[in-house]
Amino acid sequence: MSRRTGFRAFIAAGFLIALLLAFLVAPHASSSPDGLQKVTVDQGLGGHSGGGGLRDHGLSIGVAGVIGVTVVFGAAFGLSKIARASRSRTAPENVA
Amino acid sequence: MHIPDGLIDGGTSLAGGAIATGGVALCLRRTKQLLDDRQVPMVGLTAAFVFAAQMINFPVAGGTSGHLLGGVLAAVLVGPWAGALAVTVVLIVQGFLFADGGLSALGLNVINMALVGALVGYAVFVAFRAVLPRTKGALVFASGISAALAPVMAAIVFTFEYAVGGNGAASVGAVGTAMIGVHVLIGVGEGVITAMTVSAVLATRPDLVNGAKPLRLAGAVQFDTPDAVGATS
Repeated sequence: MSRRTGFRAFIAAGFLIALLLAFLVAPHASSSPDGLQKVTVDQGLGGHSGGGGLRDHGLSIGVAGVIGVTVVFGAAFGLSKIARASRSRTAPENVA
Repeated sequence: MHIPDGLIDGGTSLAGGAIATGGVALCLRRTKQLLDDRQVPMVGLTAAFVFAAQMINFPVAGGTSGHLLGGVLAAVLVGPWAGALAVTVVLIVQGFLFADGGLSALGLNVINMALVGALVGYAVFVAFRAVLPRTKGALVFASGISAALAPVMAAIVFTFEYAVGGNGAASVGAVGTAMIGVHVLIGVGEGVITAMTVSAVLATRPDLVNGAKPLRLAGAVQFDTPDAVGATS
């Protein structure tokens, strides 16, 4: 690339990719049990096989995924923003 | 590898919760001290991407699938502390909103995937990076190989948790062998996905790859945009 991607454009593009992964790709993901689930089933530990919690909802996988991606983005953004902001108030250079 | 309710007993789950709380508190403190303003949206994006990627199970072996855990990816992008927080947010949202992973096991899941995955995984990444040349390719390789090891390490820690408080008649040896074995395979997927993602971010905005900082100092990547993280001009 001769011109670097702007910061906002990069974040927006990345967020869009995450949304598309959740909405378009996830519904076609493998429905086999994951490693831990398979082990619990095979070892008689009472595990259930097939899919994850998202698939047990009335919402389609894609819609649930889009909701989750958005909530996670907001929560992680908010958490780190709060953490960062709490530094500003107490940083020595900000105290008169 | 989300532990469901009931697999690990109450006492062990409680202890896991206490350890996880302490670990997350430490991550919050370090993030407060170290996080750059520019990285705040990147933490959000990293968590969102890990969440989405965790939905995409890939087949690994007879009737078994795996999915990205994401700890090393998060750590390489936004540093180990914020990376662990990002994965923790993913696990909390999964547990509370989507019933993915038992809530009583949330502490153990945070330990395995966020703390072991991001913090220990990052330590492995740093070790590889230290002995490799300061090039983008080597950085991608270091990310990939440490990511490949992360699910194995998480499986080992899980086996220990099962040994301490597992509910069920299966022997620790049988569970451990099976868990570690399948997570070696899952690690291959984790490594490939992590390497590809790090490579993509390195190619577009290397300043947003926290783990690439030594490369900037060595002149291997250019941080030449006005809004770059860590720009010196």
